[in-house]
Amino acid sequence: MSVSVGNGASPTGSGVRRLDRVVIRFAGDSGDGMQLTGDRFTSEAAAFGNDLATLPNFPAEIRAPQGTLPGVSSFQLHFADYDILTPGDRPDVLVAMNPAALKANIGDLPAGGTLIVNTDEFTKRNLTKVGYDTNPLEDESLAAYQVHQVAMATLTKGALEETGLSKKDAERAKNMFALGLLSWMYNRPTEGTERFLREKFARKPDIAEANVLAFRAGWNYGETTEAFAVTYEVSPAKLAPGTYRQITGNTALAYGIVAAGQLSELPVLLGTYPITPASDILHELAKHKNFNVLTLQAEDEIAGIGAALGASFGGALGVTSTSGPGIALKSETIGLAVMTELPLVVLDIQRGGPSTGLPTKTEQADLLQAMFGRNGEAPVPIVAPQSPADCFDAALEAARIALTYRTPVLLLSDGYIANGSEPWLIPDVDTLPDLRVSFATEPNAPDGSGEFWPYLRDPETLARPWAVPGTPGLQHRIGGLEKSDGKGGISYDPENHDRMVRLRQAKVDGISVPDLTVDDPSGAAKVLVLGWGSTFGPVGAACRRVRKNGMAIAQAHLRHLNPFPANLGEVLARYERVVVPEMNLGQLALLVRAKYLVDAISYTKVAGLPFKAEELEGVFTDIVRGVTA
Amino acid sequence: MTTIDLGLPGLGGLAGVPTSDEKQSAKDYKSDQEVRWCPGCGDYAVLAAVQGFMPQLGLRRENIVFVSGIGCSSRFPYYMNTYGMHSIHGRAPAIATGLATARPDLSVWVVTGDGDALSIGGNHLIHSLRRNVNLKILLFNNRIYGLTKGQYSPTSETGKVTKSTPMGSLDNPFNPVSLALGAEATFVARALDSDRKQLTDVLRAAAEHRGTALVEIYQNCPIFNDGAFDVLKEPGERERRLVPLRHGEPIRFGANGEYGVVRDAEGGLSVAEITEANAGSVVVHDATREDPSYAFALSRLGGQDLAHTVTGVFRSVQRPTYDDLARAQVEQAKASKRADLRSLLHGNDTWTVIG
Repeated sequence: MSVSVGNGASPTGSGVRRLDRVVIRFAGDSGDGMQLTGDRFTSEAAAFGNDLATLPNFPAEIRAPQGTLPGVSSFQLHFADYDILTPGDRPDVLVAMNPAALKANIGDLPAGGTLIVNTDEFTKRNLTKVGYDTNPLEDESLAAYQVHQVAMATLTKGALEETGLSKKDAERAKNMFALGLLSWMYNRPTEGTERFLREKFARKPDIAEANVLAFRAGWNYGETTEAFAVTYEVSPAKLAPGTYRQITGNTALAYGIVAAGQLSELPVLLGTYPITPASDILHELAKHKNFNVLTLQAEDEIAGIGAALGASFGGALGVTSTSGPGIALKSETIGLAVMTELPLVVLDIQRGGPSTGLPTKTEQADLLQAMFGRNGEAPVPIVAPQSPADCFDAALEAARIALTYRTPVLLLSDGYIANGSEPWLIPDVDTLPDLRVSFATEPNAPDGSGEFWPYLRDPETLARPWAVPGTPGLQHRIGGLEKSDGKGGISYDPENHDRMVRLRQAKVDGISVPDLTVDDPSGAAKVLVLGWGSTFGPVGAACRRVRKNGMAIAQAHLRHLNPFPANLGEVLARYERVVVPEMNLGQLALLVRAKYLVDAISYTKVAGLPFKAEELEGVFTDIVRGVTA
Repeated sequence: MTTIDLGLPGLGGLAGVPTSDEKQSAKDYKSDQEVRWCPGCGDYAVLAAVQGFMPQLGLRRENIVFVSGIGCSSRFPYYMNTYGMHSIHGRAPAIATGLATARPDLSVWVVTGDGDALSIGGNHLIHSLRRNVNLKILLFNNRIYGLTKGQYSPTSETGKVTKSTPMGSLDNPFNPVSLALGAEATFVARALDSDRKQLTDVLRAAAEHRGTALVEIYQNCPIFNDGAFDVLKEPGERERRLVPLRHGEPIRFGANGEYGVVRDAEGGLSVAEITEANAGSVVVHDATREDPSYAFALSRLGGQDLAHTVTGVFRSVQRPTYDDLARAQVEQAKASKRADLRSLLHGNDTWTVIG
């Protein structure tokens, strides 16, 4: 729907119209501060009580050449008065700070959409740079949109004239002007942003004041010019009761790790190496040393996981964070963790691949690497969060499995949920799971010899004892060589190896995992959509649309990719068709086809961006119609 | 050579590691595993020296951990009745870094070889030295790949004919002591597998050093590189080749002390025959010099041909260790801010939806 005359838009008098949801996209040069602007608008929406979802989209280069198409950075925000699942397919409002931002984004703005343009950047030189022969603000090419031309840089400089700031510094605050204007248009609260600016620039009070002034100038511009006939209101969403905050996936993951340390009463050691889009986990955890969290920025990916595994051997919760290329480097150590059967949490924030690929774009193409990317039979449990806030629970689940079953666990997040944000219903700390473990303290040899057998397993979990150095009488040696079942000495015995390979597999296969639940409100669906990870939002939004059009469709979303929930086979068998949408070339589809002999339809896209609900709606509709035809 | 008491301030390498009142012997450090190195391997001598010297430290055995990588020497942890991890190729220093950082109450030892430490694991080695984690790294240098059956190694002399270099190896070898000093290691020493006394003295000094201690041990591989260090062991040869260092003493060697290390005209170090005229210019060894270039110059006196081989402790200086500092930051953070999970999860901006 569009802002001006959409479904759910109702005049409330005095130039204010009520909307149920809005999608705004801020787009500018990578140096224009679009991510910050989007973040602030998001915080305002969160503080107001809207449901929201965000999609930052930026180039891998820190500062791509100014004013060029590759240098465009954008931030899309969807906020609503009901629970929403995605950042929105298309913006209702596009804010374009320069010609490059206009050119790169205008194709996504539906006819009738609102376009707010910073005219100061529409110079002949800038237009030529991105291939505009004529100024689109002066020809008819934007006739389908409601265009607002605002000389943001000029107005900002004017507002800051008396601050004594240089013109260059003053102009840099133009993103706050844009934020002020949009905040006025959507009747957003402003105190939060002013407080934020004063805190952010606490050491440079003149810059802080300049940004506040620019922000207010934008607001006042909206109020005083007659260019904008109406403002809009999006009421707070009726979310489940409780206390909320806004959170990104990477922050939620980091909090999950902090919580796992507290709940297990173990020190946490994060061994890691900076990599996009995972580095924010390191940055966040480095702030929380008071929770007995130690962060070690290692010399490389391998050392990062090595340090984490060494700490686990010593009785800490070892964690490492990375993206796909880092997983490739860590594979051998993950294999060592499989062999030594020590707890280890491996966070993979997937990005476009192969190789360096698309560092700042999202993809789900590490599933098979997580599943099989090691030499030998090296099963590793896999969990995946489905949204930014869900990263918290997923991290706790990964830690639970690692600690209970003494195994490395792979958590597959991705760039979309890592950087995206949404409201999080903050859990009551007292209801979080108990993750405490018991270390081995006594010799355990079943033959009464008084020896310690490091590979004698718990009959239920098949986990081996965790005997940490410093424990008297339990001295033992572990390592990458095959060990004898039970006693744990080096063994090259063929039968023992066969048994140990099967035991390691059985341990992972036997991990207790909740049954898969299916969302099928009518109970009449013949088609099931099976997803995993960050596609939850778009898949869910598409299913809602399909149902709204009078068709039945079922949705199930996998938290556990290894082992699969025990009822997955039975669930798949209930439906005539199963469709598996993924941001890869069909990796989950391959697994379910192999394991359950189900003729799943794989729908895939690897464009570096999340699915659009509209696109999936079309795909699902065709399949549902095909089944019922 | 006597035990080196450098009289340095600060914590010793074993501070924080619980001691034992039990009387220990070498036997207590032997595991039940059958030792499977080749007959005549230099590793046996090193194992015996380590097992023999460990009781002198008086530590609780359960607080000692040996971590190794891959290679012949890396089987070492299996033979020690302590905690141990035989890990993957080249990565032992990384794993030991995590362990030592997490656990100040452990004495952590890394056993590695010239291939493990200097080829595949070169990065981890230099970075652990740079960080100065409280680890003791025993680098068994036999100048060959043994476990993979005889390829040249990063310490093999140029021109080495092996299975992988039938026309002779081309690359210049590392001098592990020079490399470690280049990474500003705080403790660097060298010993021979065959000199039990010197090896023991060096190991003890390493154990007592707080920080990463690198001990290069020349070790004979009787199968693939037999006799690599024979010239350093043969009577008549060894006296004029081996240059033993003793802290605080002039660096003299030779059957009758007829050679010494002197400052040359360019300010560097060189070996000279000592006469009455130059006796006064013999360098007095000081392992505690902050400037690593002195120890580096000592390490350069010996080349690939072993014409001169300097042994003993090259450098032993105090620098805060990474693990002590990292733990101190955690303690500081704990002291200044309570670990309140609820308040962390809530942050500064929340809103409440009433049901």
